[in-house]
Amino acid sequence: MDVAFIIETIAKIVVILLVFSALAGLGTYFERKVLAFMQRRLGPMHVGPFGLLQVAADGIKLFTKEDIIPQNVVKPIFKIAPVITAATAFMASAAIPFWPQFTAFGYTVHPIVADINVGILYVLGVMAIGLYGPLLGGMASANKWSLISAARSAAVFISYEVITGLSLLAPLMMVGSLSLVDINNYQVGGITHWIVWSQPVAFVLFWIAAFAETGRTPFHLVANDHEIIDGFGTEYSGMRWGLFFIGEYANMFFISFVIAIIFLGGFGDGTIAGAFQLLLKVAFFFFFFLWTRAAWPDVRPDQLMWLCWKVLMPIAVLNIVVTGIVMMF
Amino acid sequence: MNHEEPFTNRNVSESSTYYYVDIETYPVSGWDKFKQVFRRAIRGELFVGLWVVMREMIKFDIHTLQYPLEKLPIGPRYRAVHKLLRLWESGYERCIGCGLCEKICISDCIRMDTRIDENSRKEVTEYSINLGRCIFCGYCAEVCPELAIVHGGRYENASEQRAHFVIKDDMLTPLDLLKAGEQAEYPGFGAIIPGSDASVKKTPLAY
Ligand code: SF4
Ligand code: SF4
Repeated sequence: MDVAFIIETIAKIVVILLVFSALAGLGTYFERKVLAFMQRRLGPMHVGPFGLLQVAADGIKLFTKEDIIPQNVVKPIFKIAPVITAATAFMASAAIPFWPQFTAFGYTVHPIVADINVGILYVLGVMAIGLYGPLLGGMASANKWSLISAARSAAVFISYEVITGLSLLAPLMMVGSLSLVDINNYQVGGITHWIVWSQPVAFVLFWIAAFAETGRTPFHLVANDHEIIDGFGTEYSGMRWGLFFIGEYANMFFISFVIAIIFLGGFGDGTIAGAFQLLLKVAFFFFFFLWTRAAWPDVRPDQLMWLCWKVLMPIAVLNIVVTGIVMMF
Repeated sequence: MNHEEPFTNRNVSESSTYYYVDIETYPVSGWDKFKQVFRRAIRGELFVGLWVVMREMIKFDIHTLQYPLEKLPIGPRYRAVHKLLRLWESGYERCIGCGLCEKICISDCIRMDTRIDENSRKEVTEYSINLGRCIFCGYCAEVCPELAIVHGGRYENASEQRAHFVIKDDMLTPLDLLKAGEQAEYPGFGAIIPGSDASVKKTPLAY
């Protein structure tokens, strides 16, 4: 039993690592294509059919590029920072149920690495540790842009942790469990049972905070190309930079899974149709990340802080209070 | 006879194309700022932005030009690598070796050599233009009395060295193309003004 369990877990981990590393690559392809179409361009066209092999070309380029460690950087920290970003992104995925359980060859597979009873707490906690990637990488880089970016990432991530936490509190009070599987099963009755209908405010707040957590465009000030070059990634090259990149895109996918599971019913009753619905929902949220990047401008850091502490946090607290009062009576 | 180019008035300051944009006064107090944010949040401007890019994506009206495969048309008066034209009827070279182009070239990049041929006619043996120096000003085409040297539309002339040349054989219209009627007169610098035939008067024979 124990050996089988260990083998199964390792297999799951390997599958998740491979699938989401590949998806991160494909994510860049879709991002370029979607942005290009929205700006009336064609995007990558020349490598492979419709530029599909561009991902492979970029992968080869990243792997074979010289790994430059500049002078004056704090070497051990500079080297380990990208690993933190990628590793925490994938560690966070351990408690996410990607797919309902299914039976293959008489063997029941649970497509979740560890169904722990504090699932969502674990996911958010580990994603929060991901802050150390940009923070340490930026501070170790001996570059002023990176330093600014590190300071910003610390400020943004810590502030928006508050929003994610508070906004999730209200739905969690209703469900009464922190396990993502339990949250999913709470909404098993179909579209009318989705938490988004009873907690629309929490849904919007969490969605907004997700943009800050992943550093995507309206809140992209951590690595804003036009003001601080590539922020914490400025001094990085080759695969170390690639790890930052994989971490960012994996995070986008995982946070999309989390939103879809908590607020939009997840995989529903666990049938194949429900499972594909989950993938559709995730695809929508991922697409929305790209969509906003084409449509919206970036906000200033002070505006972001203002939004967080003076608007979103009071709303989140109010939401919790109202939910509590409604649940009491 | 007067010839008048059609004139486009590009002086925007005279026409009323400029107007002042309505700029709201900036909010001063915190409460005003909050009201502004609230108003903007309610008005749904963010969704207008989302709709605009989505509309463009659905319309799929791509304006990318895949350059080496597709090219933009260039104007007939464009001044790129030179051509030497031939006379339409006889097929002889138009250039009479007068050397005016060599003389006027402000970059000093035309070099030519001539000789007297069997019919006591001046013939151009060598004619080269250093494209690394040429600034494509069009003076050579303008000064040429025979409409012999003109500009062409060949603009892809990257080279590995600073000095690179076109020689007579490259520029001269090949005879077969001339016979096929492919040679075109150049409407740009040095071309005859349209309607100039009418302004030429017969020399009155006063003697
Ligand atoms: S275009 Fe100007 S610079 Fe070039 S060859 Fe003619 S006169 Fe000289
Ligand atoms: S000005 Fe015209 S005719 Fe005279 S040498 Fe130059 S190309 Fe020949």
